[in-house]
Amino acid sequence: MSDLEIVKEFLVESYENLDRLDRDLIALEKDPSNREILASVFRTIHTIKGTSGFLAFNKLESVTHVGESLLARLRDGLLTLTSEITTALLSMVDAVRQMLGNIDKTGGEGERNDQELIATLTRLLQPKAEPSPVPTTTKQKKRHHDLPQPAPTAAEAPIQQSAPQESEVSPSVPPPAAADLQHAGEPLAEKGASKPPEGTDGNVQQQARGQSASDSTIRVDVSQLDKLMNRMGELVLLRNQIVQFTSSSEDSGLLATSQRLNLITTELQEGVMKTRMQPIGNIWTKFPRTVRDVALGCGKQVRIEMEGKETELDKTIIEAIKDPLTHIVRNSVDHGIESPEARTAAGKNPEGLLLLRAFHEGGQVNIEITDDGAGLNSERIRNKAVQKGLITADQSARMTEREITNLIWLPGLATAEKVTNVSGRGVGMDVVKTNIEKIGGTVDVQSKAGQGSTVRMKIPLTLAIIPALIVSTAGDRYAIPQVSLLELVRLEGEQARKGIEMVRGAPVYRLRGRLLPLVYLNRELKVDGKAPDGASSAAASAYSGEAENANIVVLRADDHQFGLVVDEINDTEEIVVKPLGKQLKIINIYAGATIMGDGKVALILDVLGLAQRANVLGEMRDREATEKAGKQSLGVADANQSNAMLLFQYGESGRMAIDLDLVARLEEFPRDAIEVAGNQEAVQYRGQIMPLVRVSDVLECKRNMAPGSGQEALHVVVYADSGRSVGLVVDRILDIVEESFVIQQETGRRGVLGSAVIQKRVTDILDVPGLIASAHPVQEPTEVLT
Amino acid sequence: MTITQQFCTFFLGEQLFGIQVEQVQEVIQYQDMTRVPLVPEVIRGLINLRGQIVMAVDLRRRLQIEERTAGASMVNVVVRTQEGPVSLLVDSIGDVVEVDEKTAEAPPHTLEGEMRMLIAGVHKLDQGLMHVLNTEKACESLERTGA
Repeated sequence: MSDLEIVKEFLVESYENLDRLDRDLIALEKDPSNREILASVFRTIHTIKGTSGFLAFNKLESVTHVGESLLARLRDGLLTLTSEITTALLSMVDAVRQMLGNIDKTGGEGERNDQELIATLTRLLQPKAEPSPVPTTTKQKKRHHDLPQPAPTAAEAPIQQSAPQESEVSPSVPPPAAADLQHAGEPLAEKGASKPPEGTDGNVQQQARGQSASDSTIRVDVSQLDKLMNRMGELVLLRNQIVQFTSSSEDSGLLATSQRLNLITTELQEGVMKTRMQPIGNIWTKFPRTVRDVALGCGKQVRIEMEGKETELDKTIIEAIKDPLTHIVRNSVDHGIESPEARTAAGKNPEGLLLLRAFHEGGQVNIEITDDGAGLNSERIRNKAVQKGLITADQSARMTEREITNLIWLPGLATAEKVTNVSGRGVGMDVVKTNIEKIGGTVDVQSKAGQGSTVRMKIPLTLAIIPALIVSTAGDRYAIPQVSLLELVRLEGEQARKGIEMVRGAPVYRLRGRLLPLVYLNRELKVDGKAPDGASSAAASAYSGEAENANIVVLRADDHQFGLVVDEINDTEEIVVKPLGKQLKIINIYAGATIMGDGKVALILDVLGLAQRANVLGEMRDREATEKAGKQSLGVADANQSNAMLLFQYGESGRMAIDLDLVARLEEFPRDAIEVAGNQEAVQYRGQIMPLVRVSDVLECKRNMAPGSGQEALHVVVYADSGRSVGLVVDRILDIVEESFVIQQETGRRGVLGSAVIQKRVTDILDVPGLIASAHPVQEPTEVLT
Repeated sequence: MTITQQFCTFFLGEQLFGIQVEQVQEVIQYQDMTRVPLVPEVIRGLINLRGQIVMAVDLRRRLQIEERTAGASMVNVVVRTQEGPVSLLVDSIGDVVEVDEKTAEAPPHTLEGEMRMLIAGVHKLDQGLMHVLNTEKACESLERTGA
């Protein structure tokens, strides 16, 4: 093993040790008497010190040496761990980490002066109370044997020789040791450097020890795994091609083989993915330290709890969420959790709780960061957002509490009124959101005043191979990541023509009573039926102007839904995501590209980018805000009162609303379709005779039977109740709203239940049975019963 | 001693162009590609090069030379760039020629527009002038050109 390799090995091992140190020290602070942890801490520092000694990293050695002396005291019960000592030890860990970083980069420890740190550590060495007399070396030796794992005597021996400081070997003579220690670094370093052979022996020993402890695992270079993953992607593509080719074959042997290949590839894929999976606990381990530091910095008491540490995520994703998570954790402690006094005053435990939770749900990983602090101050967020011009005062008035709290993700909204050393690190909440969304995740915050807030992230398991829906439009195929997919709607024939309505020029589809804005993929991409270069003309001819049927892919983007209208919905497939070149990234509607089973390239759509481009998010936001604001401003407590209402116009200016639940369909009939049966207008509708009621005639008490009073079609609201259908002829369909309202009783007008304020205008509420009764005093039920 | 350079040559119409052979990864036949909507039209589409997705740039459009007649054949010259391989669509491929550096001349001032930006120099060959293409420039900042 060359020197370089030894150094590298040393670095890798030390980094791991340092991570454990952070953890151990925090644990130790909570439980200062835990000898096991103390021994573990001691061993870690000791190992670093020893190795740095023979590798001639003098500064590193001198720092760790004092730290070790301090730990030895603690271990021997001569000192008790205080917060001050923990802080000093943690800063020693930081110093060590920095030096290791320098060694990693430059090969040397770098120019640094750790005298202050060494002095602090040395000062702490002095016991505040009189040390109890401790028997000398014999006891010390015995202690070594007391340790849960036998101390590495072989490794330790040369180091003790090279650093024969009393303080370390026999902690029983504290007063002179303190003075000695001031200069501990230098002689020790020289000696350490001059004794490489012994040190090397020690290293071999330590390595042997390390191996025995971790026989079952090996360390693999990440780039190796990345390569493996790429090849795996290729194999998945090949598999897809083979399966596609053989599916039309009649050779049963070939079919069986290809099925087997399919199966094994899938298993192999899972296996390879698994090698890249890491428990989220790996990045959580540094949070206790982060929380401690931040809490100490702002005088708070915070306990951190973790659930679901073992939840696994792809390494690239773990890397990507590390910084955002850290930011949220720091924020929660800094701004979320109150000071102990404030907490006590609010009747809470003075110690705040930060809970990290991770769990799998629906093929995604959910991560929640919950604090039991004061919650977000929505008033402050609202004011700030208005003040910064991010939203108008009018908008803010219409927003719900939840929408307000989620404004914190907007760029430029720093809610921290007090700037501490924690905030203002250049990573705003908007960066958190951007980074999470970059990897296909979502983030959301919920807050309850006085009870705390929860940040919830939904993260995909992996990025490399994802399930996707393949659609085609204008002869090209596109992949839509399955995570964004909610449902598929297919409208055929008449449905396709009638089901898609226009609201202020924007196409919408009524999905279970809610209006779903529609985006036509071909229009958005500005592709027409023209076949792309070299594409088969058959594919192009499949697209022929207005399609007979409409295929709507219902997608979720940023908590909002929209429907993407495509020519064809093909299939779902596991696709391998390949990045696009820089030149193509300027357009944010492609998330990448993939290679299909036939070897052709297909673009992967970025659903969020597409929604933004099509501008459906803003509209929906406005719309939802209006709906919600309507509910709130009317102050109707009972949410069940908010029904979806169909608004229509009768006569010249009459506004009327009918409960959408009572409406079966909206139809249009040409005027010449009206026939008169008995004394009653009717149309043939779905093989039945449907009587028509002219709403304006009934309500305005006119009787206008002249059918030809205009060229345009009749707008008919088909009312269905227990099997009978009646067509209500109205003059114009206005809108569909979902609002809460209070009906003011009104008597005197037949067919009207009363009036209410809907969309800020006085609107009559239709009483359909009353209306029908008044229109046809003599009912002929046999005619309309099915 | 003369320093020679090898160039892979190709044609756009009658004009002869050359790319240093070191920059050429491979030359492949025209193949079907997937168009990318909404990008400048110099990007003809994406091709699958043995599992790697490569962008195909129409060099005629890039150099603002008139469009080829419909159905005319094209060849992919895959060049290495800092952003990975990019395919340049040319009309047809010529020989690999070895030229003396001394025959090189600065591009004539009469060159206009994009040509002027992208032609690094001109070599006088027996069969005519060979325009040396700056491939790195030809493959970058495409958003400025085309549609």
